[in-house]
Amino acid sequence: MYGFFAVYYREFLILKRRFPKMMASMSVSPLLYLIAFGYAMGKSVTIHGHTYMEFLVPGLVAMSSMTRAFAIGSEINISRFYWHIFEEFQAAPISNISYVIGETLAGVTRAFFSVGIILMLGLFFGIVLSYDNPLFWLAVFLNSFVFSSLAVGLAMVVKSHADQAMLTNFVITPMAFLGGTFFPVDRLPVWAQKILFFLPLTHASRAIRAAAFRTPVTYSSYVLLAIIGMLFFLGAIHCVNRARD
Amino acid sequence: MIKVNNLKKSYKDVQALNGVSFRVSAGELFAYLGPNGAGKTTTVRILTGLAKRSGGDAWINGFHIEHEALDAKRQCGVVPQTINLDNELTVFENLTIHGLLFGMPAAKRTQKIRELLDYVGLGDREKTPVARLSGGMKRRLTIARALVHSPRVLFLDEPTVGLDAGIRRRIWALIKRVQKKGTTIFLTTHYIEEAEFLAQRVAFLDEGAIIAVDSPRALMSRQGAWAIDRVVDDNVKTIYFKTKEAAREYTATQDESFSFRRVNLEDAFLALTGKKVK
Repeated sequence: MYGFFAVYYREFLILKRRFPKMMASMSVSPLLYLIAFGYAMGKSVTIHGHTYMEFLVPGLVAMSSMTRAFAIGSEINISRFYWHIFEEFQAAPISNISYVIGETLAGVTRAFFSVGIILMLGLFFGIVLSYDNPLFWLAVFLNSFVFSSLAVGLAMVVKSHADQAMLTNFVITPMAFLGGTFFPVDRLPVWAQKILFFLPLTHASRAIRAAAFRTPVTYSSYVLLAIIGMLFFLGAIHCVNRARD
Repeated sequence: MIKVNNLKKSYKDVQALNGVSFRVSAGELFAYLGPNGAGKTTTVRILTGLAKRSGGDAWINGFHIEHEALDAKRQCGVVPQTINLDNELTVFENLTIHGLLFGMPAAKRTQKIRELLDYVGLGDREKTPVARLSGGMKRRLTIARALVHSPRVLFLDEPTVGLDAGIRRRIWALIKRVQKKGTTIFLTTHYIEEAEFLAQRVAFLDEGAIIAVDSPRALMSRQGAWAIDRVVDDNVKTIYFKTKEAAREYTATQDESFSFRRVNLEDAFLALTGKKVK
């Protein structure tokens, strides 16, 4: 199992080298959302008894952990198609599961960094929620795990960078806006709620928000995220095996 | 050390390898010579676990390449045709990750990396990002990386392609030194002089099949020892002679220009396939 550490360590070194740039890049979108939506909506708008800004921060945590975890797919693609580093892993005596664990953990690590940045930005805007609640971090972890595993699997299936960008546009962007990030899903028509129920981000937003507000959490969301995450993880192992040739 | 039986590989309608069989002994430097598209890289990719075989079997140091894949991979060091170093990381970090992939303990890994960097002449570049190295340095670093875990077999896939003559000779000297330490080397190349200079045995590969395997000297002697190239009707025609004297006698009777040279592996390949290696 030492192989997973080698894979993770490589991603960690790259993250460390790019961290200043990455931190700036990770801050831009959440900052704009907080300014545009938070200030524009004002403190007069309340949702479920919280200001819109308080409602928005856990949503941004869910969205950002999703997008940053999924972005590991782009890194794998660059390694595969441009630098051919994936071949170094394939020629090494490490199992496919070790490779997937390493890359998935790298995606989760990036997601946690981005969450840290959002929480600091929230602090800057005067928003402090119950971040000491372990269920908050468990939900962040499960959400990152789901999308990091999905990204690793899809990175093995796509044939080019363009395919990867297309996946982000079709899978991640719609989910980012519809998965309960910016507005409560229960205010949508029933038919739309039924569709959005199937999006992992809807469950992640709900779980992260409930934990941050210290309101009763829906444990079924955690179970569902764990099941989806495991399915994507197993799918990723299968895809890595098929990626040879 | 390497045993290959009737190895086959097909990609949809293309038969890349057509039942290749050969053996490479421990400590031997075996060259796989053939034109582009002959199946050289495909063979290396299958033997090193980068591609799946369509048929046949192969063993590295007694380990089957698919049924005992991880053990087989532990025996191998791979220098791919396309340099696949991590440009964002330093020289030392690249080798460290390789050592980690092979489960080397930290102290042994660090010592081996430093030894190898000195060995390939990059001892003073430990902290340099790979992006700042020249093409020749990157190639030497790729060879060093493949040796970090002390492999029994080193696969070199076109190790000098794209390098100028001076750097190429430096890489050859390095390969010779590695072999002298007892490492078995499997080299693919389409450079005639590379195979002649380095290999103890050469396999000619054409259209996915091995057409001859022997020592360079034995392969070349099939044609004779000396050759004369003459231009006849806009084509170069080559005539072969067993002895230098016989060739000289022939040239004495010729009026037009010609070139007089030793027979090389290109001649042997041409005689067997009707085409040139390059």
